[in-house]
Amino acid sequence: MISLLEARGIGKRFGGLTALDDVSLTINRGEVYGLIGPNGAGKTTFFNVLTGAYTPDAGEFVFNGSALPTGQPHRVVAAGIARTFQNIRLFGKMTALENVMAGHHIRTRAGVWGILSQNRRTREEERLTTERAFALLAYVGIARFADTLCTKLSYGDQRRLEIARALAAEPQLLALDEPAAGMNATETGHLKTLIEQIRHDGVTVLLIEHDVKLVMGLCDRVAVLDFGRKIAEDVPAVVQQDPAVISAYLGGGGDAH
Amino acid sequence: MDALAHAVPWLGKRHPRAAGWLVIVLALAAPLIAAYFGRSWVRILDFALLYMLLALGLNLVVGFAGLLDLGYIAFYAVGAYTWAFLASPHFGVHLPFWLVLPLGAGFAALAGIILGTPVLRLRGDYLAIVTLGFGEIVRIFLNNLNHPVNITNGPQGINALDSLSLFGWDLAGTLRLGDFKVHSLYLYYYVFLLCVAGSIVFIRRLQISRIGRAWAAMRDDELAAKAIGINVRNMKLLAFALGATFGGVAGGLFGAFQGFVSPESFSLMESIAVLTMVVFGGMGNIVGAVVGALILTALPELLRYLALPVQEALFHRVVLDPEVLRMLLLSLAMIFMMLWRPGGLIPARARYARPELLGGETR
Amino acid sequence: METLLQQIVNGLVVGSVYALVALGYTMVYGILGLINFAHGEVLMVGALTALQTVLLLMEVAPGLPPLLMLAVAVGVAVPVCMALGYLMERLAYRRLRGAPRLAPLITAIGLSFLLQTLAMIVWGRNYHTFPALISTEPLEPVAGVFVTPVQIAIVVISALLMAALVLLVNRSRLGRAMRATAENPRVAALMGVDANAIIALTFIIGAGLAAVAGVMFASNYGIAHYAMGFMPGLKAFTAAVLGGIGNLAGAMLGGIVLGLVEAIGAGYIEELSFGLLNSSYQDIFAFVILGVVLIFRPTGLLGERVSDRA
Repeated sequence: MISLLEARGIGKRFGGLTALDDVSLTINRGEVYGLIGPNGAGKTTFFNVLTGAYTPDAGEFVFNGSALPTGQPHRVVAAGIARTFQNIRLFGKMTALENVMAGHHIRTRAGVWGILSQNRRTREEERLTTERAFALLAYVGIARFADTLCTKLSYGDQRRLEIARALAAEPQLLALDEPAAGMNATETGHLKTLIEQIRHDGVTVLLIEHDVKLVMGLCDRVAVLDFGRKIAEDVPAVVQQDPAVISAYLGGGGDAH
Repeated sequence: MDALAHAVPWLGKRHPRAAGWLVIVLALAAPLIAAYFGRSWVRILDFALLYMLLALGLNLVVGFAGLLDLGYIAFYAVGAYTWAFLASPHFGVHLPFWLVLPLGAGFAALAGIILGTPVLRLRGDYLAIVTLGFGEIVRIFLNNLNHPVNITNGPQGINALDSLSLFGWDLAGTLRLGDFKVHSLYLYYYVFLLCVAGSIVFIRRLQISRIGRAWAAMRDDELAAKAIGINVRNMKLLAFALGATFGGVAGGLFGAFQGFVSPESFSLMESIAVLTMVVFGGMGNIVGAVVGALILTALPELLRYLALPVQEALFHRVVLDPEVLRMLLLSLAMIFMMLWRPGGLIPARARYARPELLGGETR
Repeated sequence: METLLQQIVNGLVVGSVYALVALGYTMVYGILGLINFAHGEVLMVGALTALQTVLLLMEVAPGLPPLLMLAVAVGVAVPVCMALGYLMERLAYRRLRGAPRLAPLITAIGLSFLLQTLAMIVWGRNYHTFPALISTEPLEPVAGVFVTPVQIAIVVISALLMAALVLLVNRSRLGRAMRATAENPRVAALMGVDANAIIALTFIIGAGLAAVAGVMFASNYGIAHYAMGFMPGLKAFTAAVLGGIGNLAGAMLGGIVLGLVEAIGAGYIEELSFGLLNSSYQDIFAFVILGVVLIFRPTGLLGERVSDRA
């Protein structure tokens, strides 16, 4: 296995509160990696530090063999990590297609002059962006809503759209923040199929999830955070039996659903 | 163009082509029609076109990028004073328009970047107040930089600016085509019209591009925009600089057209007036900016002609003078639009993509 | 040295007026997160209403003692402004809660200009002399510093009003409801606080303070006109931001500090800039302070409330 992302001793404090304490983990290329833990364990903080929304106080990320820039979300995306949000964040005044096209921003080059003059390169790039965005909508199964304003889509379809938008950035690592939140069993089933398809097509997936069943059924490996520390990391079957994990979920008062 | 045609009432939806031609014909014939009511109406149309340029530029900043700029008129001032410094007897410099206009636009863009660099990370409403402060600072300097060295000539302003002269052909004069004489007001009209048409094309191209989508994205959700890899800071600066460029060009044209600039033309009220045009027409909507500028420039003048005789007849004196009427109209337009029709007069969904590029086989 | 002392005194006087107005901005911002751009115009309406009342009284009852006249004028101006504040909230801002983020601010700008225009229609474009009901003749100089009775009155009354407001907010049931609403309107509503009433009341109290400030401003400078509210409004907003917006003590501190900076700055700007600038640049101080504070310390001097409204 070749490692894609390595977190080395990541620490993050907010005032007196230690949100992440010396967290190290390795995500291998081509796997679905789950990050679980009770509420407030630091999962989302880890996500935000990884994707550049926060700057870590300690440690570094190595992605694809080189250090990942911290605190600069656009450079993280450029390096090949794209994310979705726990509470869906689409661009409300855009159609589904336009949302995905916006997601392709970082992979396009056209500048002001090119756009104003509409030179051949810009037109070609725009055409490719449109085609690619449409293909991604088809990939996640909502191509028929391409021209629909994104806020008019159903909840489940909005989740899919957000994933398509993230994929438009052509990431090597797709980071999903609780993608199954608020979904019913059928929708979760479809989501699981989609994530498996994404992995099959060569994109590594980092998954934060509350739905333990989904995590255990989908992930190749799982890390468990508790009070900002990593208390376990292994294949799901082993983690499930880990006494520290069980006590974290039961003793911490957190619910594992 | 088709968007403008669609905005034509009744005809727009049914016969977009006919409506499109109608718009073009009206735009070309407007000064001739206006002349029938008096030459001052041609002048008003000229100003309406200048306000369209300003509204289009401010719409780029407020409507596209979601940055409320209350000091926008400062960029107009930069353009106008650039013209005054480089093409008037004030310093005795008389550079040609093809040098002064781009310089004015460039200085305005530079001013946009200088203002934008520190303030663009501020939240929306704070940004508004700080840009307002910037506009006022510029005006205060224009008013006072006649001492100790006379740069701006203070509140008196600068006189006798060079008129627009296109390669030896002076627009301030009268064009003779045989026996036919064309007054300079018409010449300026068509030059301004060309500028507005060009701006609409350019801004439309920007809107449907990776840059337009990036602006819309950060306007709708800045955090998500960052998360998909948009360099929000650069995109904001770009919006500020490009918006300022339009202000700078409009300012230069204004200086040439008016032949006179003074700080009074660049008061906060003017910033607010342009903002009202954008809000009235519909934020983020190119047609809205154009229609808003046209209506809110023409309507106060119309009221001036209608309301003054009515007031004379009723009260035997003028209760509401034209300037008061204009302010009343603008402030009411702003409030009513926000409360009852936040999408503006022409609420149209802005397009950021051309799905027709997909062609038949993919769909 | 004497000029410095004199400028400090002048700064304190103007600063206490800024502070009173800043309280209105900061209270509304604390609860709604809204910059009530039209707040400065309330000051103008207060001053002009008071002026109108005084002129009327001078005609009807010329024998009335000046202080009583002033008291009646304030007694008219304050309720008028309170009604104005209430109307703005009820008719405009309440409808815009939850609207896109720029809508309330744009509306507020519209209201500001509407009020100026209406005042221009009612009172004309001219500057009006505001009669010196409290003497503006300087008293015997102390340590070379001239102070006028009206200046003393301004500082004392401002201090009393601010103290009363602090007591109201910190000690009364009403104040607790206000603080709860500012903290979290939904939770406050669940605990039985009528959030709408509290918000309306915040506007009313702020407007009342602005009315008093307007009368002070007009008395101090001896003039009143339709556009007199705009600059003090902006400066008071700057003061609120400087102190830490949403924070009552901050607004007062910010007002005083801004008044001092302005007065001292205006006195020394020519020396500081080697003769390049003069006191006509005085208004720039507020804008520069505003920009610098917002960029480098957006929480202000005392601010702990960090708003995350984008």
